Amino acid sequence: MANFYTDTPQFRHYLQHPLMRRIVELRERNYADRKTYDYAPMDFEDAMDSYDRVLEVVGEICGDIIEPNAEEVDHTGPAVSDGRVTYAAPTQENLDALNKAELMGMGLARRYGGLNFPMVPYMMSADIVSRADASFQNIWMLQDCGETIYEFADQEQKDKYLPRVVRGETMSMDLTEPDAGSDLQAVMLKAAYNAEEGQWYLNGVKRFITNGDADIHLVLARSEEGTKDARGLSMFIYDKKNGGVDVRRIENKMGIKGAPTCELVFRNAKAELVGSRRMGLIKYVMSLMNGARLGIMAQSVGLSEAATREACNYAVERRQFGKAIIEFPPVYEMLANMRARTDASRTLLYETCRFVDMYKTLEDIGRERKLTPEERTEMKHYSRLADAFTPLGKGMSSEYANQNTYDAIQIHGGSGYMKDYKCERLYRDARITNIYEGTTQLQVVAAIRHVTTGTYLQQIREYAAMPVAPELEALKRVLSDMAGMYEKLVEAVTAPKDDDYLDFHARRLVESAAHVIMGHLLLQDADKNQELFRRSAEVYIRYGQTEVLKNYSFVTESRVEDLAYYRPVFSE
Amino acid sequence: MNYLMEVTFNIIVLAKQVPDTRNVGKDAMKTDGTVNRAALPAIFNPEDLNAMEQALGIKDRFPGSTITVLTMGPGRAAEILREGLFRGANDGILLTDRAFAGADTLATSYALSMAIRKIGEFDVIISGRQAIDGDTAQVGPQVAEKLGVPQITYAENIEKIGNGKITVKRRLENGVEVVECPLPAVVTVNGSARACRPRNAKLLLKYKHARTTTERQTEDVEYSDIYSNCPYLNLREWSVADVEADPVQCGLSGSPTKVKKIENVVFQAKESRRLTDNDVEIEDLMKELIDSHTIG
Repeated sequence: MANFYTDTPQFRHYLQHPLMRRIVELRERNYADRKTYDYAPMDFEDAMDSYDRVLEVVGEICGDIIEPNAEEVDHTGPAVSDGRVTYAAPTQENLDALNKAELMGMGLARRYGGLNFPMVPYMMSADIVSRADASFQNIWMLQDCGETIYEFADQEQKDKYLPRVVRGETMSMDLTEPDAGSDLQAVMLKAAYNAEEGQWYLNGVKRFITNGDADIHLVLARSEEGTKDARGLSMFIYDKKNGGVDVRRIENKMGIKGAPTCELVFRNAKAELVGSRRMGLIKYVMSLMNGARLGIMAQSVGLSEAATREACNYAVERRQFGKAIIEFPPVYEMLANMRARTDASRTLLYETCRFVDMYKTLEDIGRERKLTPEERTEMKHYSRLADAFTPLGKGMSSEYANQNTYDAIQIHGGSGYMKDYKCERLYRDARITNIYEGTTQLQVVAAIRHVTTGTYLQQIREYAAMPVAPELEALKRVLSDMAGMYEKLVEAVTAPKDDDYLDFHARRLVESAAHVIMGHLLLQDADKNQELFRRSAEVYIRYGQTEVLKNYSFVTESRVEDLAYYRPVFSE
Repeated sequence: MNYLMEVTFNIIVLAKQVPDTRNVGKDAMKTDGTVNRAALPAIFNPEDLNAMEQALGIKDRFPGSTITVLTMGPGRAAEILREGLFRGANDGILLTDRAFAGADTLATSYALSMAIRKIGEFDVIISGRQAIDGDTAQVGPQVAEKLGVPQITYAENIEKIGNGKITVKRRLENGVEVVECPLPAVVTVNGSARACRPRNAKLLLKYKHARTTTERQTEDVEYSDIYSNCPYLNLREWSVADVEADPVQCGLSGSPTKVKKIENVVFQAKESRRLTDNDVEIEDLMKELIDSHTIG
């Protein structure tokens, strides 16, 4: 009887963001689909009502089916035999429930059978599913590979594969190999073209492939013989119906145990080229990864939400020294920080989703007609913001998911260390979020150019120009101080013009920007709904201020020469 | 030309809107001992949802089959029809009339049977075993009697349907039994049957504006023009006259059940017995409780 959507009023708050009207109007092309599809909305209000109703169904399935199944999924996990993967029975039950509810292909266009949901409500589903079972979110979220087919494949491929995704066929993105992890330029899986048959064949090995026995795979492979870098890589679709790919083993992981992580062997597997040769990594994987990073952000937020609730419930029930432990300041401080970090990650998630929605929808309209110069400017603006906010959000929210699940165990005390409590699973599940789809360190690499080129600062100024209620002015002044410190930090780190020095401090700069940005977003939320967000805004901005001060003091005391103390010493 | 005749079934699901008595708060009962309906959320009777799922199971197997949800109640019971449509019903009918009010199980089953006669041909009628407000479990069987068709109660699963027969697994007190009977028939479904599937997103969006005529007249309906363009959004409402029922047999006048007394029963542990942790003593108490039908 639990509903993970309606019990979290933050979702409805974010659905009501003023930018949603523009997003939905663009996405629905003036509601033209209504003529053809009986489930298409008639206007903006009708569309919003549809998101709300569908999310309510997602929330119900998550509360009644997926969450109650999560423990058994974690214990049983998938199995592999004769090269094929079988999900744990409750994982399959989850998939069946979502399929019967026709919740697959949520973001895809209606002409392929999708619901045509913008990123905002789509990622809300991912957020809710993750709170119920993070491992299941991996399998479910991979439907997002359909987005890459939609953007880059030809019409015939779209017509062939997208309706199958909507009908519930699962997907995987086969990128990583034993010697190509963070560095995907090193991918070796061989794609060879047989000119006589007009057919591509794949041979080689992929490793750490989530949901590797999926029905439809996107595969990054080396199509240009003799090349060694990114420019020799292309993207392919492998259809399981054709055969040629076997699962050699599944990994025994620390967490997200319900999602099979596979080692795949490609033996003359027939494949179809997607888009243009040589663009595999440079263009398509970059786009795919950005979508996937947004998914991990949602996964992190869902995990944070689950951890915060678990910890809070336990602290209310657990009595020591004659009272509930939540009444002790060190415990309630932890809980308040957990709630603040969860809300901060979530507000950043939906801000990023809005940016992605704006530029992707305009880009999609650009495929149908020529965009006006204003629309082109708008698209570029939001594309840049999405590019800046995605790594920032993925990095911060995944680190917070770790911290929140860690604190959830701490609040449980000795019990939390036992396998009997859910917080233990959340902790293990969260641990991958700051590693896969690019480690936090790599998110910093992607984000740092937006520190140096001023994307973040410019956006911070936009936020600073937004008015807030008088009682929130004090917090706004703190944010203004923090922004001032951030500017000085950037100046101090970039002044020596030393790349190593910049890389050394990069994370401190990116995180400082993130604290100011999340503080502003929470402040705006609190301005609209004090009851829901005031506490988190107060707590988070205090926390962020301390973090920025810490970074400020470290950076201003540091010199380029200090790196010598950190550099490894190799004695030969 | 269709060489293979598609096998399909006409299914009627009887469903009731009930106050949610599962999470009863302090103000659930009025001081006079009647149910305070305003204080309780109105929900789809849980076992009727099990019935709905059984109907949908038949439709899954025989896709051309049709499901009509029939409910009797006040205007707001139209919500039950929408909930049915969101899950895969083809159609819904609200049996509503002031003259139906105050009906006991006899008057209810009379009204329902008249409505079913008006619907016409059917292969199977499926309903929940009982409703959580009255807990009588009489309406399904009475409908079968009035229509002169066989009935299978306490159904847990419809195992097979076809060739004019239906095979049903029944949940009994101490086990299960599988029975077969000719169609048409009435099947009442037990709460132990599989849970109803969630609402389907596309059907939810398709039917969310479905309204009865009364709802359209009394509510502030935003999209008035869609009802002429989309006939499936018009929910049917039938009155006593529509189903050609005898008004005397309906509602209060058709209800021989008279409430003699209503009592608030408060469970109190008046008698307590202390046992030691000895297995024999515990076993003896278990036997005693089973013998006295306190449990089991």
